[in-house]
Amino acid sequence: MSINRRGFLKGVAAGALTTLGTGALIEPADARPPKQLPPGAVGILYDATQCIGCKACEVACKAANDLPPELNSPLEQIHGVSGVWDASDDLDSRTMNKIKAYAAQAAADASGTPEVSYVKRACMHCVDPNCISACPVSALTKDPDTGIVGYNPDACIGCRYCQLACPFNIPKFEYDKPFPKIVKCQMCRDRIADGDIPACCAACPTGASLFGPVAELREEAHRRLAAKPGTSLTYPIHRLPEADAKPDPAAQKDAPAPAYTQHIYGETETGGTQYMLLADVPFDKLGLPRLGSESQARISETLQHALYGGMIAPTLLLGGLVYAAYKHTHEDAEEDGQDGDSSTDDPTPGGTPAKTDARRPGGRS
Amino acid sequence: MKTTDEWLDGEIGAQLSEQIEACGIDRRGFIKFAVGITAAMGLPLGMAGRVMAAVEEAALKPPVIWLHFQECTGCTESLLRATHPTLEQLILEMVSLDYSETLLAAAGHQAEAALADSLKQNAGKFILVVEGSVPTKDNGIYCKVAGQTPQQMLARIAPRAAAAIAIGSCASWGGVQSADPNPTGAVGLAEALKIEGITKADGSALPVVSLPGCPASPYNFLQTVLYYLTMQALPELDDKGRPKFAYGRLIHDNCERRPHFDAGRFAEQFGDEGHRQGWCLYKLGCKGPETYANCPAIEFGDVGGNSWPVGVGHPCFGCAEQGVGFHKALHEQADVKKVTPPTFFPGVFAEHGGGATLASAALAGAVLGGATVYGVSAYQRLKKAEAESAESDKEVEKTS
Repeated sequence: MSINRRGFLKGVAAGALTTLGTGALIEPADARPPKQLPPGAVGILYDATQCIGCKACEVACKAANDLPPELNSPLEQIHGVSGVWDASDDLDSRTMNKIKAYAAQAAADASGTPEVSYVKRACMHCVDPNCISACPVSALTKDPDTGIVGYNPDACIGCRYCQLACPFNIPKFEYDKPFPKIVKCQMCRDRIADGDIPACCAACPTGASLFGPVAELREEAHRRLAAKPGTSLTYPIHRLPEADAKPDPAAQKDAPAPAYTQHIYGETETGGTQYMLLADVPFDKLGLPRLGSESQARISETLQHALYGGMIAPTLLLGGLVYAAYKHTHEDAEEDGQDGDSSTDDPTPGGTPAKTDARRPGGRS
Repeated sequence: MKTTDEWLDGEIGAQLSEQIEACGIDRRGFIKFAVGITAAMGLPLGMAGRVMAAVEEAALKPPVIWLHFQECTGCTESLLRATHPTLEQLILEMVSLDYSETLLAAAGHQAEAALADSLKQNAGKFILVVEGSVPTKDNGIYCKVAGQTPQQMLARIAPRAAAAIAIGSCASWGGVQSADPNPTGAVGLAEALKIEGITKADGSALPVVSLPGCPASPYNFLQTVLYYLTMQALPELDDKGRPKFAYGRLIHDNCERRPHFDAGRFAEQFGDEGHRQGWCLYKLGCKGPETYANCPAIEFGDVGGNSWPVGVGHPCFGCAEQGVGFHKALHEQADVKKVTPPTFFPGVFAEHGGGATLASAALAGAVLGGATVYGVSAYQRLKKAEAESAESDKEVEKTS
């Protein structure tokens, strides 16, 4: 079936009209309101200035989550060993928690000491998570009370949209397994349900990973940012103490306040996260992307909900297309009829020539 | 019972001070020993008082019957050379060694009579120590003492014991005799008791403490005995019957060369630069990562200065671990039991997928070039064929 110019223009016009019409019909949709922090939201405050890079959190994470070691990594290959270290260089399907190091010789300060910092990468447990927005089957859910972003492997269809949606590159997929799952930190939700704290915070000897209610952790972070560098600052270890609890000297330490970067990463990023970071180097050097305070999930859901609101636009669009297609095929049929008439006037001698001959370049000569 | 502080301030009891004096040990040396051994047993230091009291009040002197099966007597020899203030005398005077084929002054029928006496007098009270493995093939005829096989001796003696200690790898799990092809069918004491169905007189299982090692560290034996004297119970055991205070951690975990392992500094061969620098011996076949024992913590021979195999530059042989020592080749690399992250840190931005190498780029170029050449030549041939066919068509038309 060939499309002539007239038919094509008609179709375009019909489609455009349909879209315009539906656009006029729907009121401009209100932006989806940003999701709020659940009242009982718990989180982790990671203070890179207190981290000593001991990796106790990595070990505890693997033990608590029953994760196998990542073997035969590039690092092991470099050193000519295998099965010796759990040596992944990034988060992967066997690693939910990774300590990385940043060191810049070039950025040495006046005293000649290079700028050095550790950073702990794990799920940020966003307040308004993109992964949950992208998940078509609700395999990823946000706990209405604790706000923990959990994963249900029984619901997961393995589409990996969450991997694409996550601005922090956190969810990992078990590519090497016949029945793969998504692997990401779930803040040891089973331990929290038992009244315990996440394994990484329980293992951290310096209080660099600190567990507590998000609102209180934010207060704690602001307290640290406000401290004048060099003054003594009390750091709780493992978890924030209860408001009315007696200070336990074993659960806290005093240290001089470092010159913090005056920002809490995760306070506002993508609408806020429940895993927050403090550091004394710029956060983009630690591999944490610069993100606006708006959740991308909110933007994309606003768009989608506007387009699909009440299914009016899709219905009209489909209707318009059906109409255009009908009209077009009708005209086509008419034109086909005329073509048929003209074929009888074909002056080819010797009756109807074989089609193959007709196609040959010299066939009609 | 006196506390540790009271012990440190006060006088040592008359009986013990006599013994200590006879051995040429001063009071301070004795207290140091007692505190050290308390810590080594994994007991809180406050327990040192109780340990010292037990040492002093060892009036009950638990009788010990020491049997030698298939072995080399190395464990006895190493125990005799335990030189923390001439400890063997102290211990041998605290326990009543009623029968030991090596140490007994008596011989022949006299020795066997002593054994029979002790069995009669101390039924249900004595500690049975077994050194050496039990041959299970041919009813154990490969090892006979006084005309009796280990099976016969165990059937006679073991049911009357209070507890058993299997000293050395042979008694623990078979040791060197159980190395392939294991011609005598050597097994350890616990296994032999199970095979023979030997239990205590009341039908309950005879508790067996295994102290593997070739030889077993004498202090692990002394600590087990002292623990029993102090607490009137056996120490906490793991699933292989080994006391957790001594065999609770991998050699790898306490090794002084561990930081080199974590940092990837390995001796590649004997005598190379890394070996001279004291780097990790993992690549030379060290079995520390799969062997549970306290060798790096207490070392051997009481001379200090890293006097244990890894300390002097030889890879751990895994002598204490079943299926490792005498089973794996010396150079074979160990299965790392507890895989932990290395001390290196990945950079903030990890590069994945490797990118294109020169070889892969060259290969891709070659494939692309080949395809181009093929395409061009194919096009030319097609064009030629088409022209020929048009020619022939014209000819056909002309003729028609």
